[in-house]
Amino acid sequence: MEIGIGHYLSVAAALFTIGIFGIFLNRKNVIIILMSIELMLLAVNINLVAFSSFLGDLTGQVFALVVLTVAAAEAAIGLAILVVYFRNRGSIAVEDLNIMKG
Amino acid sequence: MLAAIAFYVFSTVTVLSAVMVVSARNPVHSVLFLILTFFNSAALFVLLGAEFLAMMLIVVYVGAVAVLFLFVVMMLDIDFAQLRRGFLAYLPIGALIGLLLFGELVFISWYWTVSPDAVGHAGNPTPVGMTNTEALGRILYTNYVHVFQMAGMVLLVAMIGAIVLTLRHRVGVRRQNVSAQLARTPAQAVELRKVQPGEGL
Repeated sequence: MEIGIGHYLSVAAALFTIGIFGIFLNRKNVIIILMSIELMLLAVNINLVAFSSFLGDLTGQVFALVVLTVAAAEAAIGLAILVVYFRNRGSIAVEDLNIMKG
Repeated sequence: MLAAIAFYVFSTVTVLSAVMVVSARNPVHSVLFLILTFFNSAALFVLLGAEFLAMMLIVVYVGAVAVLFLFVVMMLDIDFAQLRRGFLAYLPIGALIGLLLFGELVFISWYWTVSPDAVGHAGNPTPVGMTNTEALGRILYTNYVHVFQMAGMVLLVAMIGAIVLTLRHRVGVRRQNVSAQLARTPAQAVELRKVQPGEGL
């Protein structure tokens, strides 16, 4: 049985959906929310690489590299904000995260 | 046949471990399942012929991002049981939206076709007789060098931002003051006293 691009796109769709589902499910826990965002970016990467591979165009892999970079930067900044927030509040519950409200 | 079996094994493990990431009770387990997800998607990348990105996925995600997550989870003293309260309350709405989105995405994934005019118009066609890493490097450092530089800037800004956010100066900590040390002269540091016998200072 031949594995086509639809198979890879379906896997990416499942990963993206699980990422969104995780954000809904763990609305209080920022760490899991950040991990869900990583899952969604991974789904985007799988899409880019699948199209790049099946259409014979390397451009998709270049942009997958950029997405990888942005994901790493986002994780670093997100976790830094998390550490500062925990230092100030003593918890990471984001439900009542409104101290920056004007 | 073998490729199909490999695809199904790797994609099944990827999706199942992704489910475990969002539903595990212990965040440390979540991070470990995230690592498993990344490893299996790297295997999917190898199946797609993107070896360089597969290795980058392992180096960057498993080596840096997941370990960073692990550090933060273990460093912060958090009551995770309290954070899981309301977990089941959000389950129906999350599942509903997730299933809706998944249905739409799968619908799109299977019912689209490449325009016949578009075939053969690839911007950077995959060269033959060259490894994936070499081919990627040839276009990354020529046609996409500005994208490469911007990725570097993003990383630099992220690094500075993370340092600025987390650096703090505690009060009451003794620190080395190099300029004060170097400015000391024998005249300031040594005092000669004439001590009389039997009297002390």
